[in-house]
Amino acid sequence: MSHNAFITEAEIEGADDGPLDGRSVAVKDNISTEGVRTTCGSAMLEDYVPPYDATVVSRLKEAGATIVGKTNMDEFGMGTTTETSAFGPTKNPVDEDRVPGGSSGGSAAAVANGEADLALGTDTGGSIRCPAAFTGTVGIKPTYGLVSRYGLVAYANSLEQIGPIAPNVGEAASLLSIIAGPDERDGTTREEGKDVEYADAVDGDVEGMTVGVPTELVEGSDEVVRERFEAGLDELREQGAEVVEVELPSVEYAVAAYYVIAMSEASSNLARFDGVRYGNSGGFDGDWNETFSEARSEGFGDEVLRRILLGTFALSEGYHDKYYKQAQEARAWVKQDFDRAFETADVLATPTMPVLPPKLGESLEDPLQMYLIDANTVPVNLANLPAISVPVGDSDDQPVGFQVIGPAFGEKAIIRAGSALE
Amino acid sequence: MTTEPVDADDVERVADLARVELTDEDVAAFTEQFQEILEYFDALEDVPDVDSEPELVNVMREDKVRESLSQEAALQNATDSEDGRFKGPRVS
Repeated sequence: MSHNAFITEAEIEGADDGPLDGRSVAVKDNISTEGVRTTCGSAMLEDYVPPYDATVVSRLKEAGATIVGKTNMDEFGMGTTTETSAFGPTKNPVDEDRVPGGSSGGSAAAVANGEADLALGTDTGGSIRCPAAFTGTVGIKPTYGLVSRYGLVAYANSLEQIGPIAPNVGEAASLLSIIAGPDERDGTTREEGKDVEYADAVDGDVEGMTVGVPTELVEGSDEVVRERFEAGLDELREQGAEVVEVELPSVEYAVAAYYVIAMSEASSNLARFDGVRYGNSGGFDGDWNETFSEARSEGFGDEVLRRILLGTFALSEGYHDKYYKQAQEARAWVKQDFDRAFETADVLATPTMPVLPPKLGESLEDPLQMYLIDANTVPVNLANLPAISVPVGDSDDQPVGFQVIGPAFGEKAIIRAGSALE
Repeated sequence: MTTEPVDADDVERVADLARVELTDEDVAAFTEQFQEILEYFDALEDVPDVDSEPELVNVMREDKVRESLSQEAALQNATDSEDGRFKGPRVS
């Protein structure tokens, strides 16, 4: 049965051999694929066909993968449920009355449902980890700069990374090795990911590892989620890890800081959609202000408009210092807090999401409530860190995700800890 | 300090800056939501000043001509073009 995981089904064949030979990969629809339309889940780009491949897509092809389609997503990545897509919501294969999480909900659903062996998602504030948690799959948000963003349609470019979603930690780690590493076309990429075999860390060896638990990010979780999280911690203890409490006082401000920064960047990045070079056209009848406004109002959905308008507000004269500047202060503080925590802990652990997957249709009425369920994922993006979400069993028949956060370029540590939970 | 109340004029002013047309119904809905969301963002006023050293470095490359998109490929998604150029609406 179709869960509406794909916006466009395709069959793009990669090289004849390579580590992904015979493997099918689903690609989120904000990652450019030459000759195959790339909509970002938006009516604005319903007919947009990129003339070039994103670097990660070139790397998949070189590795021999078959790309089986472009997956559904919250419009431009703006949402936590995949319900803001102009192409309709994706259903959660685990429970079709519930959302698969977002914004990479189509990618996670395709993997959970076996429609693809592996998938690429993007994570700006949790958009890989949330759907991985809600569908019982594994998702990795890499350190900022590990994976090239060339060919990714930008939403909030200082926060976002492309990363893998897979049925288990080992396959997620192998896919990460293929897409990671420097790219001359993205000046923010770094040498650290070059020729690293992340699957080597899938040994479950957590003997002597110190796992820090930030109480601030556990207390806000529902009881049903906390039970599974605590069971995950017990599993790590039984295998020789030491669990300690750490403090991250700044995270109280993380959701507000994240949304101010993401919305501000969105208002700037999405200014390019004027309907002239690509995207929905406003026609040629009025002057440019009128036709650009028409193109944008027709092409963007409510959540995208909300974020563009709030971002414009946060950057506007008289409000910049109060919102944007303070959000940057908070971001610096969050980074310092994490640095301090990693002085005592090798990795940190939290529930990935503080709630079980919401029912379809429950979340759209109250935008602020939707933003608040990102509490455990957004601090990681603010601090540019890597994190993995690994399933730790079910509560009330719904999957629960366990998040492991590492220091910058500490992907092997989080993969090692994640593999100990399988 | 809390946000001064958000009114319809604020939403319309920002929509104008962002080149977005809103119906009266949109303006009413956004005004109410923005009030709630901005009140939540107001908590950022309590964030202390943080001393942080930026880790940023410039990334340079040689300014050399190399292969790029053809004009045809660059124009393929435009609604209209003329003589190899994008065609847009009139400026005023």
